[in-house]
Amino acid sequence: MVNYWQIFCVHIYLISSVLCVALFAMQADLLMIFFVMTIGAVFMVVGAMAVPSPYSQLGAQRELIQMLTYEPLLIIVFVGIYLVTGSFKIDDILSYERPIFLMLPLLYLVLTFALTIKLRKSPFDISTSHHAHQEVVRGVLTEYSGPYLAILEIAHWYEIVLILAICGLFWSTSWIGLVLLLALTYMAEIVIDNVTPRMTWKWMLTYVWAVGISLSFFNMALLYANSF
Amino acid sequence: MGFFQELLHKSRMKSPWLIHFDCGSCNGCDIEVLACLTPVYDVERFGVLNIGNPKHADILVVSGTVNPRNAKVLKNIYDQMPEPKAVIAIGACGTSGGVFREAYNVLGGVDKVIPVDVYVPGCPSKPEAIIDGVVLALEKLKVRKPEKDTEPLVADLKKAREFYENREERQVTG
Repeated sequence: MVNYWQIFCVHIYLISSVLCVALFAMQADLLMIFFVMTIGAVFMVVGAMAVPSPYSQLGAQRELIQMLTYEPLLIIVFVGIYLVTGSFKIDDILSYERPIFLMLPLLYLVLTFALTIKLRKSPFDISTSHHAHQEVVRGVLTEYSGPYLAILEIAHWYEIVLILAICGLFWSTSWIGLVLLLALTYMAEIVIDNVTPRMTWKWMLTYVWAVGISLSFFNMALLYANSF
Repeated sequence: MGFFQELLHKSRMKSPWLIHFDCGSCNGCDIEVLACLTPVYDVERFGVLNIGNPKHADILVVSGTVNPRNAKVLKNIYDQMPEPKAVIAIGACGTSGGVFREAYNVLGGVDKVIPVDVYVPGCPSKPEAIIDGVVLALEKLKVRKPEKDTEPLVADLKKAREFYENREERQVTG
């Protein structure tokens, strides 16, 4: 750790992640959760950019590109949930009779793209990888050490819990279905992580946007057709 | 020490993170170090990660003879590692300069630049010997408990700032 600024940004990231999970537990608005999550991620990038080291700067720019990739898709997923259940609030979504997954399967695929990017798994672990895989030394995490690295890891775990909880919204009617869906999703993430290599950011941006936006368009069209 | 300090210390011993630096070796010892990570010897099952960042590492694994240009970089990497740390010198070249001891640019071993804890002989060292060396280094680290951080944060950051401002002397190129 090199700067006062880094310490401040790391703590803001932690506070925002914890706040997101707490807001989810209190069943607040999905859009509010999205914005608080974005604040945390941006502060992590700012913390990495506060250091003049080139590894850290490069990692921060790649992290920004990752955010650019998954945030529109996450908003589209939330809008899809709104179109099915009629509300952004989590308590209304949880009280919907049928599991949302049956009406929005393709949108769930789009959400797993965002999940893969957030979990820092291949092929999207471009700014910093989860294991010892080095990416321009350690990307965003290069200039952190000691307790501040630990705080970053803890904040990352809270974000994982949050995104898995959003995945869990898709089968909110029965507990067995929920656990099965989450277990299968996490298993698929681990398999994909071990099978794919790390790709470039240009590929990630074009592929994820192209596939994500076309899948969501297709799903919305299906929803629209179903409503007749 | 308190409960959390004991826990942290124990986790540090049970899962050391390495950083490997090649100080001009023939790459024989480097290949053997990386071979430790392959499925035959597989140190990753013990939690040993080859982290490439000195700021995240516990143990510095150095191979190769050291020359004056390398010495600056090696000292820089050693300074960036947080306490407690250990240094392992690998191979005949790392311990004393090996067959290249008399060459004009060779300083003659890692211990001419930084304090070394474990010497692993061999040319190249066998992966089993390297793993043995890491375990020995862990024994040494176990007694090297970090004291309570008495320096206030502001003074620490001031030191870091001066370290950054004096980087011209440590620069190797340009």
